Amino acid sequence: MSEEDDIILSELDDEELVQQMMDDLYDGLKEEIEEGVNILLERGWTPYDVLTKALVAGMTIVGHDFRDGILFVPEVLLAANAMKGGMAILKPLLAETGAPRMGKMVIGTVKGDIHDIGKNLVSMMMEGAGFEVVDLGINNAVEAYLEALDSEKPDILGMSALLTTTMPYMKVVIDTLKEKGIRDDYVVLVGGAPLNEEFGRAIGADAYCRDAAVAVETAKDFMSRRHNQMNG
Amino acid sequence: MTADTTPRDALPDDSALTFENTEVDAPRAARLLLLACGALAREVLDIIAINKWTHIDLMCLPAILHNSPEKIPDAVAEKVIAHRNDYDKIFVLYADCGTGGLLQARCKDLGVQMLDGPHCYSFFEGNTAFAANDEISAFYLTDFLVRQFDAFVIKPLGLDRHPQLRDMYFGHYTKLVYQAQTEDPALTEKARACADRLGLAFERRVTGYGDLQRSLEQVAPHI
Repeated sequence: MSEEDDIILSELDDEELVQQMMDDLYDGLKEEIEEGVNILLERGWTPYDVLTKALVAGMTIVGHDFRDGILFVPEVLLAANAMKGGMAILKPLLAETGAPRMGKMVIGTVKGDIHDIGKNLVSMMMEGAGFEVVDLGINNAVEAYLEALDSEKPDILGMSALLTTTMPYMKVVIDTLKEKGIRDDYVVLVGGAPLNEEFGRAIGADAYCRDAAVAVETAKDFMSRRHNQMNG
Repeated sequence: MTADTTPRDALPDDSALTFENTEVDAPRAARLLLLACGALAREVLDIIAINKWTHIDLMCLPAILHNSPEKIPDAVAEKVIAHRNDYDKIFVLYADCGTGGLLQARCKDLGVQMLDGPHCYSFFEGNTAFAANDEISAFYLTDFLVRQFDAFVIKPLGLDRHPQLRDMYFGHYTKLVYQAQTEDPALTEKARACADRLGLAFERRVTGYGDLQRSLEQVAPHI
């Protein structure tokens, strides 16, 4: 048995527990994260504070280490899976307690593309940052995006593709929005392994997001600009 | 395409082709350099042998570059620049290979020709036929990738350490298509085992060398 197995989460004070949860998230320990979330809630923490100060803070470290080449995809997926466990407990409570809302996003992988790991990470991190996320899943034709934009009225449209053969479809969606005169009603963010900033600009997206952390920061930035414009 | 017509003995093993640069020189001063992905080395040498070409050098970049395709354009450009004065022509044996058009742009700038198509799964099957397939939930393996399945799939995805991640990666796939370049029952069995490990249905599809062979036979004789 390792030394870590002897740590009893409920015996740690708040600061130590949050630090331990960030370590556990980094190590992808889902059960420990769920236990930590429940302990903090029992101690009277608001769901929003548990989410932001323990889970999102921990996942941000994971994101930075992924960006810097210290962690790789498998470790990020394990961490995300652990965070998902914590989020499942917090999500209904966040709705009840009226946590701050940053904005709303519709997201999905484009037609012909079934690869959703990146899209799922973005969804989760956006939710963690206070966005309401409507996830359309995989293989979305332009009609599916249009229908969701119409019914959900989001601030942001997110599109994801892993394949060089499917990423041009993002332009089909954006061109259709232009034809219908609704392009500027939404912030369009795109992402996926083969994309780059140049591609994002060329197809008329508002921004290319290299990873989930960048997607969150970019979305926050656009929401804040929008807010300032409305107040200006 | 039998074993006794190939100069495959000149090649290092598959692991070296995956992780290292490799060179196979022609028997006499070569005029054409084929700058290829290591995953194509054996197939290219077979095509050279079939056609009895003696004016071609083969230089391979590590096949594992495919797991970080953003590195491919620079790696190709470096070799082209280093060797362009040594040959009449350099032909780059990569398709787009996940570079999002950046390799094509780089080859255009360098004035060298490359293979058509999105990736080797497409040109082995024939780009036109592959585009008509509409198989978005198929996971493809070639002969080389079956042999190097652990190096390209299992280890980089962490499935050796964390097998529980399998369905996060492959949950939306329905079948593994083994594109067979050669007749090799043992390799077919290995491919079937790969499909089992990923929890996918198995299909074997004989492709031969497809557009790779057709492209080489268009370019090589005229140098």
